Order: sequence, then C-alpha cells, then structure tokens
Amino acid sequence: MWQRDGGQLFKKNFFFSFCVKRAVLRCLFVHFLLHSSYQLFVINPSFLCFRPALLREQHYQYLKKGLRHLSDAYECLDASRPWLCFWILHSLELLEEPIPTAVASDVCQFLARCQSPTGGFAGGPGQHAHLAPTYAAVNALCIIGTEEAYNVINREKLLDFLWSVKQPDGSFVMHVGGEVDVRSAYCAASVASLTNILTPKLFEDTTNWILSCQNWEGGLSGVPGLEAHGGYTFCGTAALVILGKEHMLDLKALLRWVVSRQMRFEGGFQGRCNKLVDGCYSFWQAGLLPLLHRALFKEGESELSRQRWMFEQQALQEYILLCCQNPAGGLLDKPGKSRDFYHTCYCLSGLSIAQHFGNMDLHHEMILGKEENRLAPTHPVYNICPEKVSQALQHFHRLPVPYENKPPGKADTAVKEPTVDRTQGCHYD
Amino acid sequence: MFASASSVKVAALTVNTPSVNFNLKYEKEWADLEPVPQDDGPNPVVKIAYSEKFSDVYDYFRALLKNDERSDRAFALTAEAIELNAANYTVWHYRRVLLQALSKDLREEMRYITAIIEEQPKNYQVWHHRRMVVEWLNDPSEELEFIADILSQDAKNYHAWQHRQWVIQEYKLWDNELKFVENLLEDDVRNNSAWNQRHFVISHTTGFSDPAIVEREIQYCLSQIRKAPHNESAWNYLKGMLQDRGLSSPPGLLERVLELKETHCSPYLLAFLFDCYEDALENSNQKENVGEEERKDILRKALEICDLLANEKDTIRKEYWLFLGRSLENKSGSRGPSDKPPEPSDPASGQQEMS
Repeated sequence: MWQRDGGQLFKKNFFFSFCVKRAVLRCLFVHFLLHSSYQLFVINPSFLCFRPALLREQHYQYLKKGLRHLSDAYECLDASRPWLCFWILHSLELLEEPIPTAVASDVCQFLARCQSPTGGFAGGPGQHAHLAPTYAAVNALCIIGTEEAYNVINREKLLDFLWSVKQPDGSFVMHVGGEVDVRSAYCAASVASLTNILTPKLFEDTTNWILSCQNWEGGLSGVPGLEAHGGYTFCGTAALVILGKEHMLDLKALLRWVVSRQMRFEGGFQGRCNKLVDGCYSFWQAGLLPLLHRALFKEGESELSRQRWMFEQQALQEYILLCCQNPAGGLLDKPGKSRDFYHTCYCLSGLSIAQHFGNMDLHHEMILGKEENRLAPTHPVYNICPEKVSQALQHFHRLPVPYENKPPGKADTAVKEPTVDRTQGCHYD
Repeated sequence: MFASASSVKVAALTVNTPSVNFNLKYEKEWADLEPVPQDDGPNPVVKIAYSEKFSDVYDYFRALLKNDERSDRAFALTAEAIELNAANYTVWHYRRVLLQALSKDLREEMRYITAIIEEQPKNYQVWHHRRMVVEWLNDPSEELEFIADILSQDAKNYHAWQHRQWVIQEYKLWDNELKFVENLLEDDVRNNSAWNQRHFVISHTTGFSDPAIVEREIQYCLSQIRKAPHNESAWNYLKGMLQDRGLSSPPGLLERVLELKETHCSPYLLAFLFDCYEDALENSNQKENVGEEERKDILRKALEICDLLANEKDTIRKEYWLFLGRSLENKSGSRGPSDKPPEPSDPASGQQEMS
C-alpha cells in the first residue's frame, strides 16, 4: 500500500480520517500540506524509498541541550521539572545514549532540591509535593541507578506523603488539597513498589476504586463515569498490575477497546474513540497490549501469539518515524505540531514497544527500517528500561519497609481488601 | 491532558488588582520583603530561561510563602503568578488559603476563575479551583451554563465533562441533561463524550433494566447508525448498553442488524455480529433447546466474520481478530466440515514461555 502510492495515499488517508470532523480539521490539513511531514518526503530520500530513519543524532542533540537549558517557552512547565528530567533521561536511555557521570550527579542533586521536607517530590524547589513529579523523580533516579540516586529518596517521608494523599474511598488526591483521578493511583503504586514502601493497608480499597473506572466502552476513565481515555486507561491498568489485581478487570472488553484505538489509516493511536491520532498514545495505548498479553496469559489464555502484540506494530512504527519526527530533533503529536520533550519521550517509548515483543525469556524484534532504528526495550509498567527496574527493586528490597500501618491521626479507612501480594506485581519479568 | 509543553505563551489577562506592572523590587509596597531566588543548586539541570518578570514575581512569591504571609498584596501576587504559570498548583493552594484567611468575596472569585478557565480550559488546577469555590458557596447555579459555554468551544474537553458530572451528581441536576446530550449529538453524532454522557445520565436515572428504555435506546442507536454507518461511538454504545445482560437478549436485534448489513455495513457492524454470535454460543451452554447443529452454525458464522475482519475489512486489527478466532474455536470446539483451515499466523498452541 505504501510503496505503490508513496505520499499521495498517505495524504489522502490523513484527509479522509479528518474530514468527517469539523472546521478544525481543515486547518490541520492545511498545516499538514505546509509543514514538516510533507517536506520530509521531498527532502529526505530515506523516506521516499520507504526505509524510514530514526533521526538519532538530531534527537540526541535536542535532548542533550534540554537536559541543561530550556527556553522561556517552558515557563508553563515550571511546576513539572522532574517530568522534564524523566522525559529527557528516558528518551536518552531508549536511544542508548549514556548519561555522563557529572550530569547524572547534577540531576540527583536537583531532584534532591525538589524533594519536599514533608515527603514526596515537587514540581520544582520550594514547591509542594505532588504525585506526578514524585513519579517522575523516582523514575528519573532509577534510570540513573547509582547509589547517589537511590539515596536521594527519603523513603520514610515518601510513605508519609502517600498516606497524606490517600482518601477513604481508596483513591488518592494528586497533592494535598488537590484533585482525584486514576493517575494518582498509578503514581503512588509505581513509587511505592519500586522503593519497597508498599503495604496492603496503603492500597486498601484502591483496587475497587480503579475497577470502578472501567466503563461501558471497556477502557478506563479518569474518575468513574467519564469517557474511556488512553492515558487514564494505562494508569489504571498498570496500577492494578502492580497490585496484582489486573485479572479483576474485564480484560476482554479492555482489549477490544484498546485495539480499536489504532487508526486504520494513520497507524498511530487515538486517545479516545472518534478523536484524532496523537504520537504520545503510541505509549499510553500500545503500552497496554504487553500488559494485557501477560494478564491474559496468567488467566490461562492459550491462543496468544508468541511473536506479536495484538496491535499492528509495523503501522505504529511507520506513523512515528514518518509523521512524528522533527527534522531538527525531537518528536511530536502529529504533523504540524511543535516538538516537545513529552512527545519525544512517549513517541520513543511507543516505538520501543512496537519494536520489541516478549520479555527476558521470549524476545522477538520487529525493527522497521534500518537496524540503527532499534531502541532499547522499555518496561511496560514503569516505562523505564527493564534492567533499571530490576536493579532498583534489588536495591530497595534489601531495605526494610518503613512502617506497616497508617500513621496516627490519619482517618480510618474501611477494611475490605484481601491481602495484597506486593511482590507479585513488582516482578513483571 | 498530561503535562504537555505547548510552546505558545499564555496571553496576558488583566485582573483588577494593585498595579504590579514593573519589577516589584522598585515598588514601595514590596520594599520590606526580601525576595527569595529559586534554589536550583550550583549545577542546575532543566534550567528554564525565565523572563525577568517571571523571576521577579516568583522570587517574591517564595518570600511570601516562606513567611506564610496572609495579606492582600499576597493575594494579588498569586494572580500574577497564575498568569505566568497557571499550572503551578502550589500557588493555587496558597490562593485558596488566602481566600479563606482574608474572607475574600467568593462571588468575585467565581468571576475570576470563569475568566481564567475561558483562557486556559485544558488545565487541571483551574477546574479544581472552581470546584472548591462552588463547594464553599454551595452554589452550582452557574455551572451548567458555564460548562455548556466551554463545551461549545471544545465539545470534548475532558475537564469540562468531569466538572459537569461532578456538579450534576453532587447537586442532583439530572433533569435536563438528556436533552443537553441529544442537542450535542445533533451537532456532532460522532461526539463520543456526548455518548458517554448519555450513558451516564441514563444509568444514574432510569437505568438500563427497563425493556422500554432499552428498546428506546436501541432505536436511537440504529437511527443514528443509519445516518452515519461508520460512527464507532453509536456501535460501542449499543454494545456497551447491552453487554451485561447479553447481546442476544433483546429479541430481534440480531435480525435488525443483519438487515442493516446489506446497506450500511461497516467493520463495527461486523464486530457487533461477531459479539452477538459469541454471546449466543455462551448462552447456549445454559439452554437445552439450542441443538448441536445450531451451535456449529453459529460458531461457523462467528469464525467467518473473524476471518473477514482480519483479512479484509479491519486489517489493522488482524492480530486481534485472528486471536479472537483461535480463542473462540478453542473454547467451542473445532470448525464445521465445510470451512477452510485457519489462516496461518504463527504457532500459538501450547504453553507460552512468558514468566
């Protein structure tokens, strides 16, 4: 299909999928004609003969610079600086670019300044702790993986922080005085499991709350009642995997929902039914397939493939490589959009998922284009490299869990959940 | 939705506060306060090249925070800080502390937050702040109209829908919501958020147990499908509504869908047929009046659809449809005598080696 028609079919398919929606799409189509993706076909011969290249060197320079300096366009992310660390470090580890020791140490020291005296990490020095930068900081430190990095985390205070945001109904607010949605459960479960501070009581009723987010569409919403959405579905599902409770979801319905989110023309994924494709969903949505594959396997499903995930891996790689790369480095949502570090991280993470099937014991690669396009594999629960997950778990499991029960003064939560086997969810491989 | 780095800067918003147009260090009003520069350390990473104004405002904000100052100038400064970065949740939290400590006019705060949301409708903090103010006032009377206005600009804004569902549930404002949903679906029958809201309203009011309601909804779906056959939302809604009770439970539904197949076929219609057949097979285990021949026939039809979807009508989901076919076959026994062998994909039998 691609070879015969080159750019024409590509543009036509884009337009087809768009033109069922309103005037917004006309703008997108114009952008598309004017902007980089169209030009890529003309400028870059590797695209014309359909051996798309990952622009490694360009992405590397973009990331290397961003790790140190960001323009004032990033003022809007001044409360998300640990995220910037994670997005950039994870992108570099996927590209298998080493982090110089001095830089790694500087990141450690910066994240230490983002740690709140009352526990958890904040969006920047002096700000209040928040589960999202906490997730990002812990992941970034685990990517660095040195003793210095691990030692930044004050585990006792982190556990205090998690208790301080825990709600009686099993959910978590994102920060003290903040909003509830399913991201918080994932952030909490991720950092608690990696740093070995996870106790059954901490996640009492969380399973049931997350399950209540699965809706009539089969996916999960941010809070019960809302539309199924890729980001929230990933967070809820991955959190349940960590808690060892993913089998309690309607896995078949979830599977049907997520595979239906791959766009038949673009090859990438949409975040919600009847919305547009976006490169970041290459991870949030496609990343669900490894999770579901394992979940179904654990449930005794005998007909699972031993070579492929249940999405079109080649089509996703095509979308990312052909449509989501900025020629000057960095990746993006869709043609016509600007590059940013968030999209760089999640497009590359999705590309990795699409390239690698299996785990340590069973591994099958499908690299589109040159062998140099190969990225490092990523762990589908934590989205850092699997070796970094194992290494962190090893390190922190040598340390004792700070405490089991809720701290004094914390309101009573209902005792309903059976005991959580905290080791099962941790060891994905 | 997730922290995305738009390179477009926020347009300036004029707020009715004491003048802070110049550097604060030149203002008499702030002379007593020593600004606190950000402590990024000696070798910063992800260092943002803040504008002079940004640094200035936040240096003074940090000073106020350090002293826990509860004053009008602090309150005014939070508006400046928000204008520079509306995602700074620490500033919003502090503003709420001040709203209460200074007994500020919450009606005025509603006007403020209304303006901010209109400018930046895709931000978590602004919507959470509005929710807090509505709760404090215990007054949802402006909400449905306000949210409707935001939705008129972006009919799928997730935060807006979240706020809307909260308001409706908290203050029991169900009465006109189904009509609201229907109007949105008339504007755009492919608006999945509206379909979701339809499900939300019905499941919290009449529920889906009443056969009259189910029939009404089936008719609604089929009528939308006739108008736009390739609208996945309508098909998902039909299935989603029925799946708990079984797709084969409404009498005549399969026949109505088969009728549509001739003129309004789509991958979604075919998938729905597959689901009906699969459901029939599952239920036939409990029913004695479904003979072996009939079961085999249903299975054959289901597997035919899988093959059709995998190889022709929905090839992007080929791996999935092949899996479903193998799985169904495995559960129900082998294919009928007239059928072709399964499409070769890869060996999928036996134990997997995934740990």
